[in-house]
Amino acid sequence: MQKFQPLHLAFSLLGGLVLLFIIAPLLGLVLATPLADLLETTADKEVQDSIVLTLSVSFFATLFFAVAAIPFSYMLARNSFPFKKLVSGIIDIPIVIPHSAAGIAILGFVARDSALGNLASKIGLSFVGHPLGIGLAMAFVSIPFLINAARDGFEQVPVRLEKAAMNLGASPLRVFFTISLPLAWRSVITGLIMMFARGMSEFGAVIIVAYHPIITPVLIYERFGAFGLKYARPVAVVFILVCLLFFVLLRWLADSSKKE
Amino acid sequence: MLKLSNISKSYRDFHLKNIELDIGSGEYFVLLGASGAGKSIILELIAGLILPDDGHIILDEKDITYEKIQKRQTGLVFQDHAVFPHLNVRENIAYPLKNQGIKKEKIRQTVEGLAEEMSITALLDRKPETLSGGEKQRVALARTLALNPKFLLLDEPFASLDVQLKSELRTLLRSINKKGIGIIHVTHDYEEAISLADRVAVLHQGEIVQSGSPDEVFKNPKNRFVANFVGVRNFFSATLLEPNHEEERTAKINESVSFKLLSGQQAGQGFVFLRSKNIILSEGPTATSACNMFQGRILEIIKDIKGYELVVDIGIPLRVVITQRSMERFDVQTGKEVWVSFKASALRFLKR
Repeated sequence: MQKFQPLHLAFSLLGGLVLLFIIAPLLGLVLATPLADLLETTADKEVQDSIVLTLSVSFFATLFFAVAAIPFSYMLARNSFPFKKLVSGIIDIPIVIPHSAAGIAILGFVARDSALGNLASKIGLSFVGHPLGIGLAMAFVSIPFLINAARDGFEQVPVRLEKAAMNLGASPLRVFFTISLPLAWRSVITGLIMMFARGMSEFGAVIIVAYHPIITPVLIYERFGAFGLKYARPVAVVFILVCLLFFVLLRWLADSSKKE
Repeated sequence: MLKLSNISKSYRDFHLKNIELDIGSGEYFVLLGASGAGKSIILELIAGLILPDDGHIILDEKDITYEKIQKRQTGLVFQDHAVFPHLNVRENIAYPLKNQGIKKEKIRQTVEGLAEEMSITALLDRKPETLSGGEKQRVALARTLALNPKFLLLDEPFASLDVQLKSELRTLLRSINKKGIGIIHVTHDYEEAISLADRVAVLHQGEIVQSGSPDEVFKNPKNRFVANFVGVRNFFSATLLEPNHEEERTAKINESVSFKLLSGQQAGQGFVFLRSKNIILSEGPTATSACNMFQGRILEIIKDIKGYELVVDIGIPLRVVITQRSMERFDVQTGKEVWVSFKASALRFLKR
């Protein structure tokens, strides 16, 4: 036992440094912001609207894309098909490309003069400078998290159980909803939370597609650019607290539903 | 009636070749084979979980070779039971009954009836993770029976059960079979087969090497593998000599050992086999009607469930089985000189 103590200590120290690296700037931020400023910012309508916008767009974008992404993840887990490795690679692209570049790509895709933009404007919709565009950008950068988590979850479900269900007369659809999905639920929920969290904190892709209506990450940037660090801090703190609150809440919900 | 006609399948390391099986409705059919010989594959082919490369599967005159899994009317109970972990026992058993337009009340009745039959009524509200292997197996059985299958496909159902549970399961399976549900039971244990089967088939290296009633197969194994499988412990290469004026024939095993047996076969190379239970042990030469009598030294004593197996060196190692009582009576020890005897009619000769 004596032998392991120094190593344990060394690893703890290193771990501590990493944690400090994350906590220190945030703690510094909170401590540098006067309470009065925080309260004033919380009451600021522009800030409130921005936060509500950010959370709700990410939320609905996650749900909307989940409808297609979850079955797709299931297919990735179960089926083998040509170019599967390529497909898996493509799914990870949004994570590795610069977000501003992603934004440019999306803008070109949904601008008024593009095929999609044209179609949308015919039914009175617009993507650019609109929550729809924001949702699209958020989903683009965050969907890999959902797909990968859900796929891992489905891979953990024993195929044998699905086969048993089919032998008992269940159609493939029923097997998916009564066996595969319930057993992979925890991973799927985690994936949804990650997608939501990643989406709502997106900046680079969103700012190119839609500066207005203004989501909070963009608001923070705007206030910093226009008025400086001191003025940007309160919004940053408020939004960070909101993000953390949601994150913890959703994780707790996921954990408690698992325990049932 | 279930018929497998010329079924072939190459699957990972297994190659099933030209499997022909004919199983009557309500029959108890046992498929015997060494562990990992591909017996489970045959069950999965019948259930439709995998498709054959060649051949046909016919159920009651209907070709179901490419029929959907859901429509095959066969219930498969996997070796690891595959009970759904996120549903309780009640929900597991009810699973095949849902989505069929059956009234809730009827489902409840059916589930409770099946639970009663399987003696698991007390477990209905439990979750699978709290159940023992034997209990999970009963849940899996109840669940499969809820389907009302024509055939029950069982993959090594006695594996990992203790003696008491095995006995209970045997009784249970017999009662299920008596109701008219055909059972196809796959195992590597020939004793299970003898006690339950109407008919038996032996699978070796991807082919059915012998099939018939348990009696036929066990009394007349077609080759060394089958003999080994069905528990013949004394199996030796021998040369059957030309008949002479005597009634008995001689099978020469080596320079010092020859057996006398009854056989109508032509002289030549082959195998002679003898069941341990047909060998009588004595302390000295005894006058009996057995024309094979040898003196030998006990080389090894091995305890097994039924008593003791002795390896006696009579010029070849002969395996003899005796009871505990006999052990004590004869004061059996390694190194002791004993006499063994067996009748000519107890031996069988298999031509090579």
